[in-house]
Amino acid sequence: MISLALIVIPFIFAFVVAFCNTNTARLLAIIASIINLLVTAYAFSQFDKTSDYQFAYLADWIPSIGAKFHIGMDGINILLILLTNILSPIILISTVVNHNKPSLMYGLILFMQAALLGVFLSLDVLLYYLFWELALLPIYLIILLWGSENKYKTVVKFFIYTLAGSLLMLASILYVYLKSPGGNFSIDNFYNNHLSVLEQKWVFIGFFAAFAIKIPIIPFHTWQASTYTEAPTSGTMLLAGIMLKMGTYSLLRWLLPITPLALSSMLPYAIGLAVIGILLGSIIALTQKHFKTLLAYSSLAHVGLISAGIFALNMDGMKGGLLQMFNHGIIVVGLFYIAEIVNRRTSSYQLSELGGIRSFAPQLASYFLILLLASVALPLTNGFIGEFLLLNGLFQYNMWVSAIAGLTIILGAAYMLRLYQKTMLGLNYQYQRIIPDLSITEKTVLIPLCIIIIYIGIFPGYLLDVINPSVEKLLSIIKIVN
Amino acid sequence: MRELVLWIPLLPLIGFIINIIWGKQLPKIISGGIGKLSVLASFILVCIVWPSVSSNQGPVTYAYLNWIETSSFTIPFSFLIDHLTLVMLGIITGVGFLIHLYSDGYMKEDEAYYRFFAYLNLFIFFMLLLVMGSNLLITFIGWEGVGLCSYLLIGFWFKDHANNDAANKAFVINRIGDLGFLIGIFLCLYHYKTLDYAALNSIAATIPIGATVVTLITLSLFFGATGKSAQIPLYTWLPDAMAGPTPVSALIHAATMVTAGIYLIARLNGLFLAAPLTMNIIFCIGITTAFLAAIMAIKQNDIKKVLAYSTVSQLGYMFAALGAGAFASGMFHLTTHAFFKALLFLCAGSVIHAMSGEQDIRKMGGLKGNLKITHLCFLIGTLAISGVPPFAGFFSKDEILAVTYTKSFWMFVLLSVTSVFTAIYMFRLYFLTFHGPFRGTEDQKHHLHESPWTMTLPLVILAILAVFGGFLGIPEVFHMPHIFKTFLSTVISKPGTEVSHFFEYCLMGVSILALIIIVIGVYKYYIKNNNLPEASESTLNWWQKAIYNKFYIDELYNAVIVNPITQLSKWVYRILDRKITDGIVNQIGLSTLLSGQSMRKLQTGGTGFYIFAMVIGIIAMLCINFLFK
Repeated sequence: MISLALIVIPFIFAFVVAFCNTNTARLLAIIASIINLLVTAYAFSQFDKTSDYQFAYLADWIPSIGAKFHIGMDGINILLILLTNILSPIILISTVVNHNKPSLMYGLILFMQAALLGVFLSLDVLLYYLFWELALLPIYLIILLWGSENKYKTVVKFFIYTLAGSLLMLASILYVYLKSPGGNFSIDNFYNNHLSVLEQKWVFIGFFAAFAIKIPIIPFHTWQASTYTEAPTSGTMLLAGIMLKMGTYSLLRWLLPITPLALSSMLPYAIGLAVIGILLGSIIALTQKHFKTLLAYSSLAHVGLISAGIFALNMDGMKGGLLQMFNHGIIVVGLFYIAEIVNRRTSSYQLSELGGIRSFAPQLASYFLILLLASVALPLTNGFIGEFLLLNGLFQYNMWVSAIAGLTIILGAAYMLRLYQKTMLGLNYQYQRIIPDLSITEKTVLIPLCIIIIYIGIFPGYLLDVINPSVEKLLSIIKIVN
Repeated sequence: MRELVLWIPLLPLIGFIINIIWGKQLPKIISGGIGKLSVLASFILVCIVWPSVSSNQGPVTYAYLNWIETSSFTIPFSFLIDHLTLVMLGIITGVGFLIHLYSDGYMKEDEAYYRFFAYLNLFIFFMLLLVMGSNLLITFIGWEGVGLCSYLLIGFWFKDHANNDAANKAFVINRIGDLGFLIGIFLCLYHYKTLDYAALNSIAATIPIGATVVTLITLSLFFGATGKSAQIPLYTWLPDAMAGPTPVSALIHAATMVTAGIYLIARLNGLFLAAPLTMNIIFCIGITTAFLAAIMAIKQNDIKKVLAYSTVSQLGYMFAALGAGAFASGMFHLTTHAFFKALLFLCAGSVIHAMSGEQDIRKMGGLKGNLKITHLCFLIGTLAISGVPPFAGFFSKDEILAVTYTKSFWMFVLLSVTSVFTAIYMFRLYFLTFHGPFRGTEDQKHHLHESPWTMTLPLVILAILAVFGGFLGIPEVFHMPHIFKTFLSTVISKPGTEVSHFFEYCLMGVSILALIIIVIGVYKYYIKNNNLPEASESTLNWWQKAIYNKFYIDELYNAVIVNPITQLSKWVYRILDRKITDGIVNQIGLSTLLSGQSMRKLQTGGTGFYIFAMVIGIIAMLCINFLFK
């Protein structure tokens, strides 16, 4: 029931909130998301890591085709549920809009939260697909209603691109459904699908296309930078913080266990693309001139590492991947929020127009520095634990691949420090007005993020422990056939 | 004991937290007091721990919690305390405290006084983690952490982009080395399933000498060390790092952080001994770095830059000792170097303070009258680093020369020449700064003053250490115990090779003779004949120019690495990403649209056409089915 509550609470509030006036909507939305966070915390405390699918809810949905409403938690999705519920209140608090009916924005964010939780919680493939598509709707509207000037072209591209991927995935899903022995959409049936190697290869390609677009993996990434840049920051946070994890999560939940026979021939290519993504993303970020675009390309590099680690098919890579999905969400939301704060004060995202902010707003600069250090994986931040495990997992796959992927710690330092220098350091006399330091609302967002960053950096044990049995089990499912 | 040891790094950390959060509101006396006292308290704790640990024969490990646990390995958060750790702890907290005390005077006028102490405390915390960690990953925390503090302190005056550039350069170049370190860690995990120092050293004893794995691991770790300890090819950040406040140069870029690479190799001496190839590489790189950096120091005119190149050169000596297998000698030189180089930097700071920020030695001169204590201390430091007996540098440097001789004659010659250069650039610096006529402005002349006691007291203490520190390791010919070597014998199993007594006497005699000649020569050239360094580059001939410009290594790196990557970045973005990849995507989108328009024509409404299309379709499906059967 807890799983169901997690989806239903934000879903109902989304509609309520949309019809309130702005202030009530904001308050109500934040309350709803905090309730959801409390429910998650309760679930976390009751979570038994050794047993399968807990807090499950199972009901008939479309009996004629064997689709069930089946949701539940295990070690694979629990971190993502935690992430979604931590970030939702934070994104809501950080959201300030004053045109196009702001209450609708809060409603859409809650709707998005419900859909994302649906994606992560679903244990029935058709249900999962439904939520997957449902999650596209609110973000589409958010960009369309509150994006910047060039949004139309961007949003159409984003929408068509992801929809094309989804259709390929749907084809794969339907194929497995028709050929599988159970004749239903349950997760177990899909895992034991008895498809031949060739069939699994085609199924792999269908799923991979959808996930590679969502993550994104090069060369399916070209929607990303422009969408991140044009979207309002709340939308960018949703996209980069949570939504792209739909892709990386689905690799673990669906792609790998459904097509284990295809992996030995397909994964080298997948790892190759992911590692190229790490390099290209980092290299492009080195000379970017726009704050948000730079962060978008750095994000491309980071998720490339997450995907590569997962594809390495070992414990360290997969656990590192899961943990890093959580970490990256926390870090990237913080960084985009910094971009937003800077923009609110200077009306600019252009690095050439910024600089010297540290003299005006030392606190802003300090929180930015903590986020930055986590992003470049400095030890004692959460980013280090994730990237260490990922690179170590990749190392067990192949030493040289890991060394190339490891270049991200050098290039990452180079472009992030450049970003910091261009925005925060030096002197700038061109600002029209004094730049105020952080407001209380802004601190309410940044302080929890920084606490999480450092806490997980020092005590990662609990989270790693919680996901351990499920990852082990998943790996054994994949490894049996290989 | 367990808790006591934990408090050693925790106290500076607490100092950092208090100062970074509330320092701005606190009066300077309190924020500075917290900064200094936390390190002093750490030092006292080290002194309390010292006797009980040094009487132990074996190392003691204290585990606190499991940091990273996975199915294949567990990395505990634990400290290893043995004699080697004690030496480093003594240097870090002892010299660290003196430099904190000095900073009080040096940074008194700075608006971000509290921030300076916060960063210094954070640095001490990470440096302590680095040397106390019982496995490679805890050391790596400290390793990256001190890199961060180095970044923060080099760019301490962040309003000037020159400082920020230097800070970025230091961090990024260190990161290059850190990737090597990380790969070393992965190799250890992959092959030995452990990162524990004791375990790694004992594993090394069981495998054949020169095994590929061990060579790879040690090479990777050494590559990491070249970054942090500023050796070829990654040394170029250290001279730029002088952009930071002078106490930082003394603490981080002379006495402690840059010696982390030496410490790491000494800590893993068992493993490195199992890789002769790596040892030879370390030996050669150490001596080459020592030699080249000493040459570059001769033509520098910035008082801190001379000392920076000198540090690079002296670190090269230490690596030479390590490469020759004389780990204790390397550590011994590390210790004496910490005393006299910190001393020299602090003296330089005192000079800069008196000269109102001037760092160019061409504009100094004759300071010995106004800065009596500083002058005396600087002289002691100069004598110590040049290897004049009985100052500290004499003993430790002679020891390294002796072990080099046992390994390779020609390398010994090169290192001896380096010693000559060392004396030349140091006495050049000394004479130009303190002797001859004053060459600064009238304003500066009126302003000349000796520094306050908080600055001179550390100078005096360090000067005493620079005079007597050498007696910890008296050469074997004098039939006195080598206290330092005996102290480290529990950690470093392999004793250094001994040289003949005749050779030792020769070495001492020749070096003393050479020194006297050099001092007289340098004095005559710069003071008697009043030859000042050239005011501009244009009057130099080609080889002087090359030295003056540090052999154009920075320019070379920029041309070969930095600029191509920048160009690549722009090209990848504009052409590969926007034009090609995105272009293809847009083409697909566009052609879908166009095909949609043309497809519309197919919807004729004629039943005959539809049936025709259906039949074609069925045939096609049958064919596909047949082909894939």
